[in-house]
Amino acid sequence: MENTNKRYWRGLEELRNDEKFVKDASSEFPSAPTESQYESLVDGVGTHRRDFLKVLGFGMAAVSLAACETPVKKAIPYVNKPEGEFPTISNWYASTYAEGGDYASILVKTREGRPVKIESNSLSKVSWGVSSRAHASLLGLYDNEKLKGPKKGEDTKVSWETVDKEIADQLGAIAAKGGAIRILTSTILSPSTKAVIADFTAKYPTTTHVVYDANSSYALVKGNELSFGKAVIPSYDFSKAKVVVGIDGDFLGTWLAPDTFSKQFADTRRVSSGHDGNKQMSRLYQFESTLSLTGANADYRTAVKPSQIGLVAAALYNKVAAKLGGASIATAALNIENLDKAAADLVAAKGQALVVSGVNDPSVQVVVNALNSLLGSYGSTINLDKPANYRQGNDIATNQLIDEVKGGKVSALILWGANPVYDHPRGAELASALPQVSLSVSFNDRADETSSLLKYILPAPHYLESWGDAEPVAGSYSLIQPAISLIFSTRQAQSSLLKWAGASADYHEYVKAYWRKNIYPQAGGGDFEKFWVKSLHDGVLDVASAATGAGATFSGNLPTAAAAIAKRYKASSSGLELAIFENVGMGTGFAANNPWLQENPDPITKATWDNHANLSQKTATELGVAQGDVVKLDIKGKSVELPVIIQPGLAQGTVAVAVGYGREKAGKSANGVGKNVFPFAAFTEGFLNFTPGEVTLSKTGETREIAQTQTHSTVMNRKSVLQETVLSHFQKDPLAGRFIPKIQTSEGEVDATDLSLWNGHKYKNHSWGMVIDLNTCFGCGSCVISCQNENNIPVVGRQEIINAREMHWLRIDRYYSSDADVEDLRGLEIASENPEVTFQPMLCQHCNNAPCETVCPVLATTHSSEGLNQMTYNRCVGTRYCANNCPYKVRRFNWFKYFDNDNFDYNFNNDLGKMVINPDVTVRSRGVIEKCSMCVHRIQEAKLTAKKERRRIVDGEVSVACASSCPTDAITFGDMNDPESRISKLLEVEREGRAFHMLEEINVRPQISYLTKIRNKDAAAAKAEKAEKEHA
Amino acid sequence: MNIPFRMDAKFCSFFNYSKSFVAILLAILLSVPTLVSAQDSAAAAAPAAGAAAPAGAASTGGGDAAKGESIFKNNCAQCHAPTDERVVGPGLKGASSRHDFAWLSKWVRNSSAMIASGDAYAVKIYNEYSKAQMTSFPNLSDDDIKAIFAYVDQASAAPAAAAGGAAPAGGAAAGDAKGGAPSDLFVIVLVALVVVMVLVLGVLLVIVSLLSKAVKGGGAETEAPAGEGFGGLLKRLTVDPAIRSATLWIFVLLVLKSTLDGAFNVGVQQGYAPKQPISFSHKLHAGEYKIDCNYCHTGVNRGKSAHIPSANICMNCHGVIKKESPEIQKIYTSIENNQPIEWVRVHNLPDLAYFNHAQHVNVGGLECQNCHGDVEKMEVIQQRSSLTMGWCIDCHRKTEVNTKDNQYYDKLVQLHASESKEALKVADIGGLECSKCHY
Repeated sequence: MENTNKRYWRGLEELRNDEKFVKDASSEFPSAPTESQYESLVDGVGTHRRDFLKVLGFGMAAVSLAACETPVKKAIPYVNKPEGEFPTISNWYASTYAEGGDYASILVKTREGRPVKIESNSLSKVSWGVSSRAHASLLGLYDNEKLKGPKKGEDTKVSWETVDKEIADQLGAIAAKGGAIRILTSTILSPSTKAVIADFTAKYPTTTHVVYDANSSYALVKGNELSFGKAVIPSYDFSKAKVVVGIDGDFLGTWLAPDTFSKQFADTRRVSSGHDGNKQMSRLYQFESTLSLTGANADYRTAVKPSQIGLVAAALYNKVAAKLGGASIATAALNIENLDKAAADLVAAKGQALVVSGVNDPSVQVVVNALNSLLGSYGSTINLDKPANYRQGNDIATNQLIDEVKGGKVSALILWGANPVYDHPRGAELASALPQVSLSVSFNDRADETSSLLKYILPAPHYLESWGDAEPVAGSYSLIQPAISLIFSTRQAQSSLLKWAGASADYHEYVKAYWRKNIYPQAGGGDFEKFWVKSLHDGVLDVASAATGAGATFSGNLPTAAAAIAKRYKASSSGLELAIFENVGMGTGFAANNPWLQENPDPITKATWDNHANLSQKTATELGVAQGDVVKLDIKGKSVELPVIIQPGLAQGTVAVAVGYGREKAGKSANGVGKNVFPFAAFTEGFLNFTPGEVTLSKTGETREIAQTQTHSTVMNRKSVLQETVLSHFQKDPLAGRFIPKIQTSEGEVDATDLSLWNGHKYKNHSWGMVIDLNTCFGCGSCVISCQNENNIPVVGRQEIINAREMHWLRIDRYYSSDADVEDLRGLEIASENPEVTFQPMLCQHCNNAPCETVCPVLATTHSSEGLNQMTYNRCVGTRYCANNCPYKVRRFNWFKYFDNDNFDYNFNNDLGKMVINPDVTVRSRGVIEKCSMCVHRIQEAKLTAKKERRRIVDGEVSVACASSCPTDAITFGDMNDPESRISKLLEVEREGRAFHMLEEINVRPQISYLTKIRNKDAAAAKAEKAEKEHA
Repeated sequence: MNIPFRMDAKFCSFFNYSKSFVAILLAILLSVPTLVSAQDSAAAAAPAAGAAAPAGAASTGGGDAAKGESIFKNNCAQCHAPTDERVVGPGLKGASSRHDFAWLSKWVRNSSAMIASGDAYAVKIYNEYSKAQMTSFPNLSDDDIKAIFAYVDQASAAPAAAAGGAAPAGGAAAGDAKGGAPSDLFVIVLVALVVVMVLVLGVLLVIVSLLSKAVKGGGAETEAPAGEGFGGLLKRLTVDPAIRSATLWIFVLLVLKSTLDGAFNVGVQQGYAPKQPISFSHKLHAGEYKIDCNYCHTGVNRGKSAHIPSANICMNCHGVIKKESPEIQKIYTSIENNQPIEWVRVHNLPDLAYFNHAQHVNVGGLECQNCHGDVEKMEVIQQRSSLTMGWCIDCHRKTEVNTKDNQYYDKLVQLHASESKEALKVADIGGLECSKCHY
């Protein structure tokens, strides 16, 4: 530059030759600003340009956000508001859940014309509570994989007029030729539907109606026919039984009417610490192969191999007969535990005893009937004159039908509510023969495994869109009424049949006329319209019946039965036997496309989204397999690969697999989940047999993770978690089994709850709380689904369960006992071979000294003046400190936005599925914690109702979703400030007795109390307790 | 000139301190407007609520006539006046003396049957009122009907008193709306504060420049040329890190303030008055014709939603009145096509907030105007209150619980009276708790 004429300065600095300029001149950029120069721009520690940009960016974002136009929202009123329908105010309709023989009298809560919740109908005398399957059926209403209209084949859409014409023509032609018409249905509880089928048969006389149940109780019917000449399932009354013996009959979980039986049984298990309170309990013995829900709740449980189970009935009969003077039968000697004791107890409780068996073998049922007859159960705990209709399937007729179809003898097949290609052991045979049937019609709601093979699929609406009735037990009727108008172009099966029979297709009028003709006269006089409206309002109608069934005299042929048993069962066998069972939630899998059910943990294994090969630890060790190994089961040329679950309590040498999984054409949530083991079931003497014999098990070398919600297994001497005792101890001391933590202070020993850092809360108005009776909680899990429904809890899917991110607000913890010494901590982790099981519903305990509240940095979880621990989603920033600090681990974090997210394709991502959402509860978004709110929206609603009526809340007016769904009333909810409330009265009695707070020693003072579990065992059997005292 | 004053650590810390002091001062100054305006509007809201309560209480006092008033207002007032004024149907003054009770009750329950049966007076009335049929009220009991006419007799005897009673409540509500805007006094205070702030800043700047000049002068050998006096000062001011930092702080704080203000106002739609598909005038219906809010917004005493009236409610009157108006014709079209009218929602609460009209109107006894402003004066409906959480909380802090004749509160009132001399406020019974509105 200096060579030019002019001299340019870059600045005065250059001219002056400043020291700084000279220094900087040699480098391209002036020396970089030292970090301290921007110190304190944002946070005072080395802020960089990037941070500045971040701040700038945030500012830009905020400003542009503020500038955005708020989207215009519409408020759309009715054109013509229906009378009695008020937006935001729920309406309730009485209806009935009757699917595949499952029965529940229900109340349907609707909002703006859509059902959002199912509750139990307290007027019913035959059903209590609502099972998880009945709860989940609501989601089935909004399943958008159902067919949206009639179809010809799987693909062609047709109109109702076309199908009616085509089918009526074909039926006419077939009837004219004398071709066989067969209607195959699952159990139908509806008397008017049976009348419809009779009308149809009158029009087409070649029609035969075949009833088929995937899990059959036909042997029970047959057994009663052989024993008493009455081909019925009697009604049982467990509430009158002092001693109950179950022989592979899971009456608390899956057998016939588990909710009803649970309620009856719970009535005999409810004890009170009060001075005059009931201190007597029934005693339950269970002999079974798998660990069923009933077995888990039994006082004495014996695991026997499937090949021995018939002998249990025979041996028990002989032992009882020996004492009561009955003729003994020839049977192989069986050396198993508790048999003598059970016999002695049964004899002692003669007239108040009950033996039930779910074994689908008429010989066993005959022996059981003989046993009951000896024990005087008929007329007391069993009523043959009041038959129950829960299962009407006929195994022999179904097999005959399949033979006929195979033989090309069936011209028309009408299928309804049955899916034999999937759930009949001969499904594959049927599938290949079905195309031969010239007219085949399905009324199923989707193109499932069977329907997709038929010529017409004419979808019937969901029961919540339908009219109908039911007669679960003779003389007890209930009505089904629609709670929503038809969602898709569907038509009730009854209407279709009536139409084809040439009658009026209005089934609603048909039901009404049927009731007018057949049921109204029994109910006695009055105005029919009034009677009809009242019946619809109540949902149930009981016609008085004095029949007790006392007149039943056993006339069965015992020696023949004994011979059959001796032939079929062996006292000992060395092979590995297969036991197929029904899972409590999933059942036979007809509702498998239901994410709530899929994610409902099995009460025993706590596994979800799969079925497994259950093996006992000992058998697994012998076979050299471990949990998670995928094994191959081979039986009679069929094989299936399943992951192994180690299941304590399972009979040795037995592998148990649940049915209901492995659907192929049910929908996204069910297809390919687990494996179908129905084909493995066998027929023995024509009766469906879920214990088909020996299998070979081989390792495949693969492993599969198991989506279990609870992985720790045993009680581990957790005395502050679970407190239990035996009846005789409790009778002496109501505090038996209680663990009262003590703390040493300078003033000596004090109760842990006497010391507190906190001042506590004062509840001036209400103090909501719960008492959960561990003695009457059988662990069925209906509360879990009820809660899921009520509180819009998302389904997270298999992988997220594996990641331990399930969202259920209420879980049921299952604990096993251990054989190990209380000091042997490692040994305690191994469950006993035949463990005692305890179920403990676990939900937010609404602590008064809540550890979660003190750690929340943003006060998103706070305490209310009514005893609730409140969770405010919109305030939560997702630190998860609260979840970390929660001693009960009941807080759930939303790792994802579960709604409108196609990665979680479980009905929350489509408009139809979202109709199930409870509008009173916020749908949570990603990044916030949620937990049990003690159904605060229900509390608020009840308070408002009371305020509007200018009165106090009456006890019982408000209940929480879990408590109201419980068939056994194990959960008591109420206002502990109201001295007249049920909970106050209960606590009054139990405070110095069975009531305990979980983890009392940390003194968080929950609003939820538990009542100790009491087993009706002999004190001697409670050796663990004795051992413990020695150690103490 | 050698001044023994060094920029030592102590000085620095003082300086830092003064920097943060300025920042805090600024922050406080800038946030003052928000605080003041929030309290201002709340203070104005309180008397309105207070005024509304007694007005409501007075009407629930007496016996039959009081009951009749509410039945009348909910069912009859749209078409009948208790005086002899003709609205849609005849004024009811003297009706009870014209007819015996049996005739009246028959008419109220099913007037069309009476016309059909050929009752002379019924037919006369029917023809006189252009053959418009009166809605039947089969659900009203004898007592209800007696109560209605008791009220009519009472009201027609003293129509002036009723009109007088309504005025103060409206006036108070108007005061509430006015309270929303900043007052003159507030603006003056704000300006004064800003002036003071600028002065303080100026003084600070002068001090800073003097000090730095002194330091520079003390430290440097060569003194600045005399001519560079002011320019040099300016230049030094721009390079001085303290000044820079102060400027930066002010800037950042201002940006922050406006950002936060912006963020707080996201979704706040105070004054939102969108164009509606039918230019329905509340001023006409609620103001001039004094149709009770309940008549159309049927849910307000029942539940969460007040209900936007369905078209069949409009038809109760517009089946006869102004059928030919193009706006009314839109309702006819809607009914004929079975297409609901898609109103634009004015009051939008976020989904996470639970609000129940029945709690406030039925139980709390609040007037609609309390939150919705003078709807009866609005040609186009608009959102008057901010509907922010702060606004809710403010009201819950200040409003007394309407415990009168409500057994639900009896125990609470007793307990409260034993502990405090203050009136029982909503906040005292858990009205500020999270899960009262968020669940």
